[in-house]
Amino acid sequence: MASVSLNAALILAGVLFSIGFAGLLVRRNLIVVLACIEIMLNAAGLAFVAAGARWGHADGQVMFIFVLAMAAAEVAVGLGIAIRFRHQFGRLDVDDADEMKG
Amino acid sequence: MTALFYIAAAVAVVATLLVVTRSNLVHALLYLVVSLFAVAVIFFTLGAPFVAALEVIVYAGAIMMLFIFAVMLLNVRADEDQMRVPRRAWIGPVVLVAVLLAEVVYGVQLKDATLAGGEVGPAAVSTSLFGPYVLGVELASMLLLAALVGARHVAAQPDAAPAELGAEYAAPGDAPGSDAAGAGAAGAHETDAAGDAGADEASAPDDQAGREPAEAV
Repeated sequence: MASVSLNAALILAGVLFSIGFAGLLVRRNLIVVLACIEIMLNAAGLAFVAAGARWGHADGQVMFIFVLAMAAAEVAVGLGIAIRFRHQFGRLDVDDADEMKG
Repeated sequence: MTALFYIAAAVAVVATLLVVTRSNLVHALLYLVVSLFAVAVIFFTLGAPFVAALEVIVYAGAIMMLFIFAVMLLNVRADEDQMRVPRRAWIGPVVLVAVLLAEVVYGVQLKDATLAGGEVGPAAVSTSLFGPYVLGVELASMLLLAALVGARHVAAQPDAAPAELGAEYAAPGDAPGSDAAGAGAAGAHETDAAGDAGADEASAPDDQAGREPAEAV
């Protein structure tokens, strides 16, 4: 049935991860930065599922479920930080938070 | 199946590119939903229907709703023009990331592998999840609880919290007071505090929505 090659799935995961990473480096809006992290986590999950499908095991999907739970936790805290950020600085530019000279 | 995979992959890549390049935040998030749907189709073609359903329900449903709610709550439209990224800023990061991607593609190409075929259904995933991985499930539940508490703590107003708490507990006792002047003063204080409480309550739906993925997972 599944005649997709593992290589294609892994390359797709790499491409999606790279797009998310480039967006993370360039964009300055905190919400877009969080969305880029979601893209990268999703790409990592895709790689897990593809690797699980390579051997016909369920472990890859189990790992994706853990990645999903972590992404949900991360985005809840991240959006909480976004709300505080907005109260503190009046806008969502991550460059405003330069107090630690990062 | 292969054609389906490649079409969905093209849609996912294009939609994700649009996510990181659009300056309108709501458009970017809607493209992200499209990208997640495309990845769900890819999961189907890889023989993982349970994860495909989870992708739609939790990612495209719960997490993206959190994003949309946050955008609406924060009213970010005014920021967008100030934060427009100059085209030149893309060059450096994109070149470096392209080099890394080329390395990954090269490394993957070295060894050709096909998938095992057949699908791994929800029953197999659940047996594995609650068999050898049950400790991970417990840890994930603790992580989600910590995220819930942490999100509430981070998003709450630190100075407004005690006043709001006091008003909340004082309000039922003060309301039936017979002293007209005292009740008036208390009422004025209450409306003021209620305003604060209302402002703080605005973050409550976010917490509520933040807990939804926890229940779903």
